[in-house]
Amino acid sequence: MSDCVSSSGPLETLDVRGLLCPLPVIRTQDKIKGLAPGTVLEVLATDPGTLHDIPAWCRVHGHELLDTQREGREIRLTIHVMEN
Amino acid sequence: MAEAAHEQKHKGSQKKAVALISGGLDSMLAAKVIMEQDVHVEGINFFTGFCVEGHTHAIRSSQQNKPKRNNALWVAEQLGMKLHIVDVIEEYKDVLLHPKYGYGQHLNPCLDCKIFMVKKALAWTFMEEHDFDFIITGEVIGQRPKSQRKATMPIIARESGADDRLLRPLCAKNLPPTLPEREGWVDREALYDFQGRNRKPQIALAESFGFSDWAQPAGGCCFLTDEQYVRKLADLWASNASRDYELDDIMLLKVGRHIRPAPNFKVIVGRDEGENNYLEGYRHQFAALRATSHKGPLCLIDGTPQADDVDLAARILGRYCQGKNAAEITAEIVFPDGEVRELIARPLLPHEIDQGWHV
Repeated sequence: MSDCVSSSGPLETLDVRGLLCPLPVIRTQDKIKGLAPGTVLEVLATDPGTLHDIPAWCRVHGHELLDTQREGREIRLTIHVMEN
Repeated sequence: MAEAAHEQKHKGSQKKAVALISGGLDSMLAAKVIMEQDVHVEGINFFTGFCVEGHTHAIRSSQQNKPKRNNALWVAEQLGMKLHIVDVIEEYKDVLLHPKYGYGQHLNPCLDCKIFMVKKALAWTFMEEHDFDFIITGEVIGQRPKSQRKATMPIIARESGADDRLLRPLCAKNLPPTLPEREGWVDREALYDFQGRNRKPQIALAESFGFSDWAQPAGGCCFLTDEQYVRKLADLWASNASRDYELDDIMLLKVGRHIRPAPNFKVIVGRDEGENNYLEGYRHQFAALRATSHKGPLCLIDGTPQADDVDLAARILGRYCQGKNAAEITAEIVFPDGEVRELIARPLLPHEIDQGWHV
């Protein structure tokens, strides 16, 4: 996964731990608005709902979900920002 | 002027509509009807803090069978359209606290809410990067006693500022033609004349589109129509001596037993593992109480409890943990500043919990 991230573009992070859906989706959406295509965004979350909602949001907006990881309560979603 | 420039920019190009998407069937159908007419449609969904989300339902372990999905996003995926979710928590306070048209059966300011959302959608459509031509809602005349009546349709159009750029595809034939119909952007004949509370026409239309699944929230999509929730909200306002609120306040009202033995504090008791996990997220804001001698719920103490109140909270915890029949339980309380204290408490007996304490 780290190879994938390093080859895709600049890395940005967004911390939405403690927020409940749909707020993590809204924060991700607003963050991506300001990012250039090719950027990789790592979203750190704790709400299990993000495992469903952020991938769904990426699909409807044409962004690529590179990876999801879950360790205990911590969730990390990696998104490749596409032209939109 | 802005409208003239808008017209010029879009002359001859595919028309664009923004659809208010709640996640329910009607707004889904309304968007689909217009997409079928070769209009580019994108969805917009507003998060007020009072939205009944799939996740909120799914917090309780007993409701784990309900789909853990955001229904508005799910609708967008089914329709193959973009969905923009907008945080209106702060702005919505004024809608809730000062509704020009009053409340429905509970604290639901439905008409003001609809005006607010159409107005927000209108503002969004005229933002430079969006530039949409008209707005769609899934409203049906007679569907809702407060906001969806023939008399309220022009009020929403007028007060939102959308005027005749507001199209209700499911009941358009019962209303005067709007700009998109008059200009031929959409074919009025291919719109509908639904009215009343009968859901059969919507279900038949859904089936004709091949939809076999849609969200059917029992009390609508808003907690402000839920009697129990509204009682907790009224209690919150009374105890704070103010109707102001923060997001965390209103989110916490969605889970747990809320037991208020005195005006200065209440105990929020998780009812199952799902709710306990949810309440865990608030440990940094409230004193958190858990039995160490027995299995049991996580309790949060909201307010300004005195020493005696903390002891009473521990006894309430005792009532709802597996040590409820024990002579005493041991509990640990962790305060937001990190202070930890051990408590020994005699569980309350059923008759010792005043029914009036249950919010």
